Amino acid sequence: MAAIGSMTASANGWAMKRGFGPVAILFWILLALLPMLELVTDDPSFDYYMFMGQSMLIYAIAVLGLNLLIGFNGQISLGHSAFFALGAYTAAIMMTFAGWPFWATLPIAAAVCFGAGFLFGFPALKLEGHYLALATFTLAIAVPQLLKYKPIAPWTGGVGGVLLEKPEPPEWLGLSVDQYLYYLCLIVAMLMFWLVFNLLRSRSGLAMMAIRDHTMAAGTMGVDTSMYKTVTFGISAAITGVAGSLSAITIAYVAPDSFTLQLAISFLVGLVVGGLASLPGCLIGGAFIVLVQNSAQSISDWMKTSFALRYDVPAWAIYGVLLLLLMYVMPTGVMGGITVLRHKIAGRRSTRVNAPSPTVVRPGKTAGETTPAA
Amino acid sequence: MSALLQVKGMSAWYGAIRALYELDLSIEKGGVTALLGANGAGKTTTLRAICNMIRRSGSTVLDGTDITRRSTEDIVRMGVAHVPEGRGTFVALTVEENLKLAFHIRRDHAEARRDMELVFEYFPRLKERIRQQAGTLSGGEQQMLAIARALMIRPRLMLLDEPSFGLAPLVVQEIFRILRRINAEEHVSMLIVEQNAALALDLADHVYLLETGSVVTSGPSAMVQNDETLRKAYLGY
Amino acid sequence: MDFFVQQIAAGLTSGAIYACVALGLVMIYVSTDHINFAQGEMAMFATYLAWAMIDAGLPYWIAFGLTVAVAFAGGLFIQRVVLKPLENAPVLALVVCFIALLSIFNALAGMIWSYTIKQFPSPFPARDVFGNGLVSVQQLGVVAVTLVMLGLLTVFFRYTTLGLAMRAAAQNATSARLMGVRVSWMLALGWGLAAAIGAIAGMLVAPIVFLDPNMMTGILVYGFAGALVGGIGNPLGAVAGGFIVGVLENLVGSYVIGNELKLTFALIVVVGVLLLKPAGIFGRVIVKRV
Repeated sequence: MAAIGSMTASANGWAMKRGFGPVAILFWILLALLPMLELVTDDPSFDYYMFMGQSMLIYAIAVLGLNLLIGFNGQISLGHSAFFALGAYTAAIMMTFAGWPFWATLPIAAAVCFGAGFLFGFPALKLEGHYLALATFTLAIAVPQLLKYKPIAPWTGGVGGVLLEKPEPPEWLGLSVDQYLYYLCLIVAMLMFWLVFNLLRSRSGLAMMAIRDHTMAAGTMGVDTSMYKTVTFGISAAITGVAGSLSAITIAYVAPDSFTLQLAISFLVGLVVGGLASLPGCLIGGAFIVLVQNSAQSISDWMKTSFALRYDVPAWAIYGVLLLLLMYVMPTGVMGGITVLRHKIAGRRSTRVNAPSPTVVRPGKTAGETTPAA
Repeated sequence: MSALLQVKGMSAWYGAIRALYELDLSIEKGGVTALLGANGAGKTTTLRAICNMIRRSGSTVLDGTDITRRSTEDIVRMGVAHVPEGRGTFVALTVEENLKLAFHIRRDHAEARRDMELVFEYFPRLKERIRQQAGTLSGGEQQMLAIARALMIRPRLMLLDEPSFGLAPLVVQEIFRILRRINAEEHVSMLIVEQNAALALDLADHVYLLETGSVVTSGPSAMVQNDETLRKAYLGY
Repeated sequence: MDFFVQQIAAGLTSGAIYACVALGLVMIYVSTDHINFAQGEMAMFATYLAWAMIDAGLPYWIAFGLTVAVAFAGGLFIQRVVLKPLENAPVLALVVCFIALLSIFNALAGMIWSYTIKQFPSPFPARDVFGNGLVSVQQLGVVAVTLVMLGLLTVFFRYTTLGLAMRAAAQNATSARLMGVRVSWMLALGWGLAAAIGAIAGMLVAPIVFLDPNMMTGILVYGFAGALVGGIGNPLGAVAGGFIVGVLENLVGSYVIGNELKLTFALIVVVGVLLLKPAGIFGRVIVKRV
């Protein structure tokens, strides 16, 4: 059985076909103009908004890495917090002990995480569905303890972690630190999305998706499925690792307990909310994670007053309930929902031209669910 | 006239694909009815539809009770035993456990134990293998086990899906001999689907001929046996 | 030498707990073919219920019985209400669903009972058995409860028709339906039993590690390791696997890698077994004729 079946937001991928079309370019330009809002506002917490923007972009990159693996290649991972951590620590250690500039740590982190992901991809080859989920779940749980391990504490800082210095923007740019870091995240995000977009459009991308849809058939068509699966695992880990090192740079601090199973779950939440196998969905997912984390307190307060609850409602309860609801109502996420809507609108338009046909299978429904002629 | 099972206007679908078209069937109490036809005519589908294993419409009445909306489990509990295509063996259970499964839906365990003895009289070979893992049985023995399992629920009606499939001729003969005895001695009515038309016509007293999901003709077995054009056209001999 | 014996005894005690968790996992795996990531959090939540009852003044064993009953009903409820709509959903949807349950139970427990650790009473005295400081009654009690539970489950599956029906439903759902077995209720029953077993595991572990919403995370991973070592489809194997992993963990922890890498050890066991011996060391190969 396929691990993800009909849950992808764009099985045929309108997002893929359009991809970096005018809408996407306009969107990225808008994102690039956001820091300019400082000129028209005097909100004292503007820098904080910039910081939130950085987090959103970082999460979007992490979700992109996970989406490449789950959404486009059909391998389930609950352990991507491990690669995020690896990327973060790589950056932290390079900056602290080797004195490297922050930007130079990004390719190193990518390479290290690619290696780690590629290696983990080998055992993953033999595991499918639930079992791969289980192995990666265990990985996510083991990582914080591993990072606290005493013998490596001189480099990792043990329980305390590593404190870094935020990079200073060059004078001539005239940007605040947070604006500067926002642009750093934005440029890296654009680069990552562009790379993934091109990868997916290539023959390799088709092979990856063929493996997701039917591994055995892809194999008989001459696709080296093992190679593709391990390399995809590596690339996915590398992208998430880059997100990790960005987070180390922007927060200027790494500590073992930031990289728990919870982090892996938030990636999963972002992925499911945005939509499997959807690139724009990754941005929606990243924004969503940060919004819920930041507004958990106000959501909790609102629920306490409006439902007369005696307790605080933690963000995790919200995540959990939301995940469940999504699985029932919109298993294809926001972008999948949009796709269905577009098809519906397009369908209505076309029925004006063509006579309505009772055999049309509506998108979003599987063939089995069409109404019986009885 | 008392029909045990009355099927009216039954259609059935696999996903979006329609496999049966407004089928009417009537099965006599105590009789053996055969469902014949080429591959893909809808024979297996008919059996599945009767047991509500696939999406279907129309009405099904068992001995005066409407079972159209009942679940498969309920229909079985009302005495319709389905011996499925591929025999449905519980491979990791022993032969005894395969049979004892029926105790789960039977209240009278003492009587069920007597039925088990009865089943072993029909199938002495199963008794020899009672503690064996059912997956290790030969094809013929697994077919016997499937019929024995069905008998254990004390059926009024037995639906048999290709009991001869993949078996050696001698084994097939043995199984059909036993089926005839079960029909006569236990008064179990049967609806049998068979590729081997000659064999089925021999056992059955009534025949339905199916083609692409509809009944072409029906009548007493003798009628089909004696009608050469019908035989040549639909049964290939 | 005494230290070694102590380590073995401690290993068997934690092994007994892993065995309980593994039993719950096996129960769900056998009846539904799923791996339940929320098993640990369900157990933790049930333990909090027991704590609340004891805190409200109920005697230990009454609270124990009530908790097991409530957990059973809860498991049944989760399967009927939360999972039934997803019966034919792809694996990822189920994994997401289990992760959601994990988050919800963890958050709920933290929300209702806070994240500060609590003492949980043990029904067994901490007294020595032989008076030489090697084995305590508490340790023996935990092992005994696990073995009794295994015994009860074995009897249930081997000698009752309901147990037989559950096994049949897990093996071949269509065929079981044709024998009149209400398959979807059998799945629910599997969840109920798993939740009840989990509750017992939680109440056994809480006096040792203290009660807090995250107390089961590491234990769940060891439970997985135990279940996999013994073969995830086999209750007896799961219990044996739990004990093996418990003893190994203690020996490796005290002689080789220290206590700081215990979870990494579990990761290696899980990945290693999945790769080298996916059926587990007691996994029985089912002979199939096609």
